[in-house]
Amino acid sequence: MKGSLTTERRNKMILSVILGIVCVAYVLPVLAVLINSFKLNTYVKTNTFALPAGEMWAGVENFVKGMTFGNYPFWNSVKYSVVITVLSTALILLGTSMAAWYIARVNSLFCKILYFLCVFSMVVPFQMVMFTLSNTADKLKLNTPWTIPVVYLGFGAGLAIFMFVGFVKSIPLEIEEAAAIDGCGPVRTFFTVVVPMLKPTMISVGILEIMWVWNDYLLPYLVLDLEKYRTITIHIQYLKGSYGTVDLGATMALILLSIVPVIIFYLTCQKHIIKGVAAGAVKG
Amino acid sequence: MKPKKISGRNMIQASTRRWWPLFLGPVVAAFVIGFVWPFLQGIYLSFCQFKLIADAKPIGIGNYVRAFKDASFTHAFWYTTLYTVVSLVLINVLAFAVAYALTQNIKGSNLFRTVFFMPNLIGGIVLGHIWSMIFDGILSKFGTSIVMDSTFGFWGLIILMCWQQIGYMMIIYIAGLQAVPEDMLEAARIDGATKAQTLFRVTIPNVMPSITICMFLSLTNGFKLFDQNLALTAGQPILTQPGGTSIKTTEMLALNIFTTYNNSSANAHGTAQAKAVIFFILVAGLGLAQLAYTRKKEVQQ
Repeated sequence: MKGSLTTERRNKMILSVILGIVCVAYVLPVLAVLINSFKLNTYVKTNTFALPAGEMWAGVENFVKGMTFGNYPFWNSVKYSVVITVLSTALILLGTSMAAWYIARVNSLFCKILYFLCVFSMVVPFQMVMFTLSNTADKLKLNTPWTIPVVYLGFGAGLAIFMFVGFVKSIPLEIEEAAAIDGCGPVRTFFTVVVPMLKPTMISVGILEIMWVWNDYLLPYLVLDLEKYRTITIHIQYLKGSYGTVDLGATMALILLSIVPVIIFYLTCQKHIIKGVAAGAVKG
Repeated sequence: MKPKKISGRNMIQASTRRWWPLFLGPVVAAFVIGFVWPFLQGIYLSFCQFKLIADAKPIGIGNYVRAFKDASFTHAFWYTTLYTVVSLVLINVLAFAVAYALTQNIKGSNLFRTVFFMPNLIGGIVLGHIWSMIFDGILSKFGTSIVMDSTFGFWGLIILMCWQQIGYMMIIYIAGLQAVPEDMLEAARIDGATKAQTLFRVTIPNVMPSITICMFLSLTNGFKLFDQNLALTAGQPILTQPGGTSIKTTEMLALNIFTTYNNSSANAHGTAQAKAVIFFILVAGLGLAQLAYTRKKEVQQ
């Protein structure tokens, strides 16, 4: 008995070590970005896996080059990415939670049709609507960082409403009844009674939307007025995808700048992120 | 109890109903702008020839005929299918193995979970550029590059997507594995089942729902893939056919639609929209199959 126990412990140790090695391998691509962002461009392709020591060291040159590329200041893309992500997520959370509560509680024929359309929109790929959507958005002047959240609300409403309706249906009606008997109108009932109960779902939906909007490329690329507004992702794609010689060092510097906040965000709210993503996956 | 509940429901319903402009108005307006109208217009335009939407003129099913005759589209379809099948098998087998290992009560499993999930948060465009640098760093030693051979492009994309998706599927599998009833495993142990027998006869049947979810997710993710495809190879290398037409050998369906739209020929926009409708039917078919399947499962439970 004792012998089998130690074998089991040894097996677990071996498993730990193997997974540890895989783990290190998993981090290597991110480390590759880090070392190459400080390496002179000519060496990135030839000495990708060498440390940026000696003559390869570029200092902050790559960062400066990347940030001023194409006469488009990188900090503007950072600003627009943040504006678009924050506004879109806030708008989606507020709009869809209100709509979902109304749909679940009123449940009229119109609500049922709307709910069905939302579920339907979840299986429609973006390519189906992208040309016509960018055209409509252009006509309605939704092509700025301050108005594009309307487009995100429209195209992203499906999943959010689906998740919120599912949760509202599980809340006992008695709590809202009690508020109504105490003289609360629907607006007050929603904001003071329902919203606090929706908090866990709000976090899940919020994280899904933040990750979607922050990393999105095609929608802002097609909708935004690119002369004036570029997101970080669009900026990086311009830098790498432009014709002529590609500055890999500068690309890596910008990639590093764009993933560091994401990794910090992940490490601080890891639990919520994993839960939110899993919830979205299981339902979507 | 029951009558009270009905009257209560009526109370909320009746008092809330007239507030629809506030509760539904904004979402319905945005939904029409961002989904309903573009969707309907998209279907209409797939039967039209147009450069600008304002001068679209209906031409019947010509766009669909062109789409099906387009060798680059059929190539993209088979390429996407092959990619989806290979990535589905690899991602799910590896993700399940990792999840299984991590639920064996080993040291450091929280750290491992954190690290494996991390690539999921990085966007597709950025991932593509990171990996194109890594692959080119290796391949340049042999005087070649990821955009010079479609075999490299294919396996490069597979490796990239494994790196990104394994952690995601792993989370779903871990949740499934943790829900396997402990007494069932205990019973198997007492009956003298080997580890392999327990895994295949007890554990796997119990995590079937998670397996189904992950399968469908990999399937739809695979078919819809765009960003990573664009950033890693953008469809290169290009193969010129005897007839003079060219095929981008590592181009998937979503990218093919995008490329077609940017083509300069008179029918490009219409053909791209027709391809988009075909693509929609394909992806929606997979999605609805998933929905129907999960519904059936829920009824059985």
